[in-house]
Amino acid sequence: MAAGVATWLPFARAAAVGWLPLAKKIMPKPPVDKKSRNDEILYVNVSGLRFQTWKNTLDRYPDTLLGSSEKEFFYNEDTQEYFFDRDPEMFRHILNFYRTGKLHYPRQECVQAFDEELAFYGIVPDIIGDCCMEEYRDRKKENQERLAEDTEAEMGTDTPLPPNSTHRERLWRAFENPHTSTMALVFYYVTGFFIAVSVIANVVETVPCRPLKGSKKDLPCGEKYSLAFFCMDTACVLIFTFEYLMRLFAAPSRCKFMRSVMSVIDVVAIMPYYIGLVMPENEDVSGAFVTLRVFRVFRIFKFSRHSQGLRILGYTLKSCASELGFLLFSLTMAIIIFATVMFYAEKGTKGTNFTSIPASFWYTIVTMTTLGYGDMVPNTIAGKIFGSICSLSGVLVIALPVPVIVSNFSRIYHQNQRADKMRAQQKVRLARIRLAKKGTTNAFLQYKDEGGFHDRDSDNALCLKNKSSFEHQHHHLLHCLEKTTNHEFTDELTFSEMCMTESMGYRTSRSTSISSQQGMSTSCCPRRAKRRAIRLANSTVSVSRGSVQELDTLQVHKSSSGLQSRSSLNARTEDLKLNCEDRDFTAAIISIPTPPANTPDESLPPSPAFPGILRNSRTNFYTHETVKISSL
Amino acid sequence: MGLVMGAFSMQGKQVDYHPDKVDDDLELSIVCHRPEGLEPLEAQTNFNKKELQVLYRGFKNECPSGVVNEETFKQIYSQFFPHGDASTYAHYLFNAFDTSDNGSIKFEDFVMALSILLRGTTTEKLQWTFNLYDINRDGYITKEEMTDIVKAIYDMMGRFTYPALKTDAPKQHVDAFFQKMDRNRDGVVTLDEFILACQEDENIMRSLQLFENVI
Repeated sequence: MAAGVATWLPFARAAAVGWLPLAKKIMPKPPVDKKSRNDEILYVNVSGLRFQTWKNTLDRYPDTLLGSSEKEFFYNEDTQEYFFDRDPEMFRHILNFYRTGKLHYPRQECVQAFDEELAFYGIVPDIIGDCCMEEYRDRKKENQERLAEDTEAEMGTDTPLPPNSTHRERLWRAFENPHTSTMALVFYYVTGFFIAVSVIANVVETVPCRPLKGSKKDLPCGEKYSLAFFCMDTACVLIFTFEYLMRLFAAPSRCKFMRSVMSVIDVVAIMPYYIGLVMPENEDVSGAFVTLRVFRVFRIFKFSRHSQGLRILGYTLKSCASELGFLLFSLTMAIIIFATVMFYAEKGTKGTNFTSIPASFWYTIVTMTTLGYGDMVPNTIAGKIFGSICSLSGVLVIALPVPVIVSNFSRIYHQNQRADKMRAQQKVRLARIRLAKKGTTNAFLQYKDEGGFHDRDSDNALCLKNKSSFEHQHHHLLHCLEKTTNHEFTDELTFSEMCMTESMGYRTSRSTSISSQQGMSTSCCPRRAKRRAIRLANSTVSVSRGSVQELDTLQVHKSSSGLQSRSSLNARTEDLKLNCEDRDFTAAIISIPTPPANTPDESLPPSPAFPGILRNSRTNFYTHETVKISSL
Repeated sequence: MGLVMGAFSMQGKQVDYHPDKVDDDLELSIVCHRPEGLEPLEAQTNFNKKELQVLYRGFKNECPSGVVNEETFKQIYSQFFPHGDASTYAHYLFNAFDTSDNGSIKFEDFVMALSILLRGTTTEKLQWTFNLYDINRDGYITKEEMTDIVKAIYDMMGRFTYPALKTDAPKQHVDAFFQKMDRNRDGVVTLDEFILACQEDENIMRSLQLFENVI
């Protein structure tokens, strides 16, 4: 809640007078503000710049340095002021936060310096106002990325290995960062050379060389110098195999390594050789063998380890895959349409090339991409007309998407980045708002669970967290509203549970119905157990009078034994938390209160292990009506 | 049209800065209201100077223009009751505070109401409460008015309550209220009946004392 709203709290509390005639229950006592009412001016000296502010202003946020007693450490007795040896410019913003409740990020400041100041003053950066949050986040992310790059670069190069690293780690490092050691560099270049050699050999062996003496036909070099090429191939494959095995050995996670793209490429590059070795020189199988040799060209992809650019290209293609797919799809549609049209247009012609629609596909593709080989041409007038339409539309269909794909890629890339950022910020913003709202509601519920309703005078009240008087008063106000309407605030979880239990046998006297709810109840068990036990214990003490409406609560009617049981209860809150973990609970569901008997309750022992749906314990336990107790 | 500052008995200084252009779109007549001096306010209310200073500082912080309109009021009040919907009740409260009925609360209205609620006699407090319940200011609280008020209060509780809010809970509440307050069973509650019935109820009397030290 904004600090400024705190100033309206007295007014909201005063307006609660309007509920009084309607109240079904008696109003709880207001919290006593022990602090002095007089507001004093505090002097804060930050590196010579003297700030003055009301003490109340600083007290608005008790969990920060300036709002808590931590500032006393900085108090200078001689000059009667708080002295901080920090940046005075930044302090201006910090102080404004206390004044207005909104933390702004000064754009001209370094985000890291700002963060440090916030950390010093105990302020969480999450509360930066919406106006400045985006800027802050952006700058912070930039900073972090830059830092990450720096550390990566630093690590990537010459940082020495820790002295007790294993051979395996050193080997892996040598493979991944060849610049670390000369050996690794040598190996890197050697493999690169052999990849190039292997690829060139693949290419050259198909070039026709001068024929052997005595024959006229041109032989491809591969067959003329087959031994030489075979030796070269063997050497390359040996090196590649060796490299692959070394990498496999050195990899920190072998499974992950084997699944990576590079290792797949490696395997595909060397497999054909081995398969060729294994396969016999059989005529019918050698056809397949030849196909395998095609895979040797994949060795060229091994270069991507040596080239950053190839890797980036592969990545961009992968990320642009959907666009490409759509382009392909639309092209296919156009091709099918035109091929069909051309086929039927040219059907009548004798000796036509357009023998079938699939045969027309070739014509359509060649025409649409404006290649125009001329191996298939239409003869009929209709065919020529449709052919020209096809080529014109081809220009549009093909020529347009290509730059669109390029710009699409660039646009999508940037857009994705921006959209994700905005979406994340939006989500975070909404989540923050929701969290803040929930925080206040949860704060009240938690306050109740912590037994905040104990009389403030009792010193052994449960140690409440460092709450401001604002929170005390606000919770008192909410409590008044509960009393007015005779309903309690709960959270969604318990509400839904309660609905479930109500629907499950309202009138059964005994039911062991907890088992199904245990799953749910254990999550909020500890709190509720405490609450139940507190209520239970206290209600055993209170003597009820008359109707439900008159049933008092804890504060107004103190009784001596009440104090005692409360204090004993305080001792037991620790056990409560522990007890909650085990599953044999007794949960009591008291439904309808009736005019009570004036006997103190002995039937229900105020045992601490009371989670589950024990409610309305303020009302009488000693009812004669349906008391549903499920005991396990 | 923005905020029309009618004549009011308080005679606060008001400065209206209307834009010279007849620009109806922009239409924000920046109204800046300054309250009377500290002395007259001190005389008219039960607060001393220091308290008035604290109150005004807070008020001015939230509403630099010096007035609160209903929307802002509803927003502020809703922040105290995040569980449910406080806007209806805030509307009734606003009307109760806005004694001059001009759609905005000035600091004087604010302070006068607080003075009654926190430092007034029980009769004055009960009178103020009666005014709150009597929506149409005709001197009688009818069942419909009371039902509206009670419904508004229950709205503030939100959905998740224990025990679950039944639909006839407001009606029952109102019936109980009328049972207690309407002495002559004529279906309406007058101011005298109200004050009498409240004075007889110990709990109400005691609760009225609770809010004395809110400031």
